[in-house]
Amino acid sequence: MLRHGSRSLFNRASASSMRWRRQFSTGLPAETAEDTKFVESWKKMNPNMDPPKTPSAYMKPRPPTPANIPSKLTVNLVLPYDSVLSSKEVDMVIVPATTGQMGVLPGHVATIAELKPGILSVHEGNDVTKYFLSSGFAFVHANSVADIIAIEATPVDRLDPNLVQKGLADFQQKLNTASTDVEKTEAQIGIDVHSALNAALTG
Amino acid sequence: MSSSAAQPFWRAAGMTYVTYSNLCASLVRQCLKEPYRSEALSREKVHFNVSKWVDGKPEKPTIRTDTPE
Repeated sequence: MLRHGSRSLFNRASASSMRWRRQFSTGLPAETAEDTKFVESWKKMNPNMDPPKTPSAYMKPRPPTPANIPSKLTVNLVLPYDSVLSSKEVDMVIVPATTGQMGVLPGHVATIAELKPGILSVHEGNDVTKYFLSSGFAFVHANSVADIIAIEATPVDRLDPNLVQKGLADFQQKLNTASTDVEKTEAQIGIDVHSALNAALTG
Repeated sequence: MSSSAAQPFWRAAGMTYVTYSNLCASLVRQCLKEPYRSEALSREKVHFNVSKWVDGKPEKPTIRTDTPE
């Protein structure tokens, strides 16, 4: 039973690598799911028993990077309670990274970016959809898939300008009267978030 | 190394990223229009109880809840 398991594993791995060799001759290979060093040393010590599977055998290998840059970017925008965009094919997204607005096109280098509160704009042809993100991360993978995760993401028209102005004024006052480090930090965060909300509503 | 890497102001003040992120999300939720605001604030409600264990026995639990009993 163990013997059949390892044979099907090897067949599956070699079949996928053969398929890869036919389609993408110059792209980065998909990483295989077996641990070749371990298997070879096991076979040297113990050629009569099948090697056990290591954790890397259970992991899905990294998807191959295509040789030609794809024409569309696949975007996933996920929140803890909802997936707003799920494998949506778009032309470009602009994410609010802490280092500034970052545009992601198909073929973008693999990146991990921490996000600040700000606007995510999704460009598809002539349509632009904007979401206000509370903070989160953006992972761009080498195969032109972008995963954007945030705790809250709302379309800009769901924001109330009066509450935003009031919040901004409140936190500016709190910063002036703050004494401990924690109070100052909370006031500063409040100011940052409300200024970003303000800019989103007016910009 | 003489100094550690530059830290964001909230980490320098002792706050973790999770706390910071949840705080930002909570502030955004409070700026939404109705009816989205009430839906969003219902997402913030928590209900749990915590009990410390001393000498192998649990002490009286403290209940932290936003749902009315």
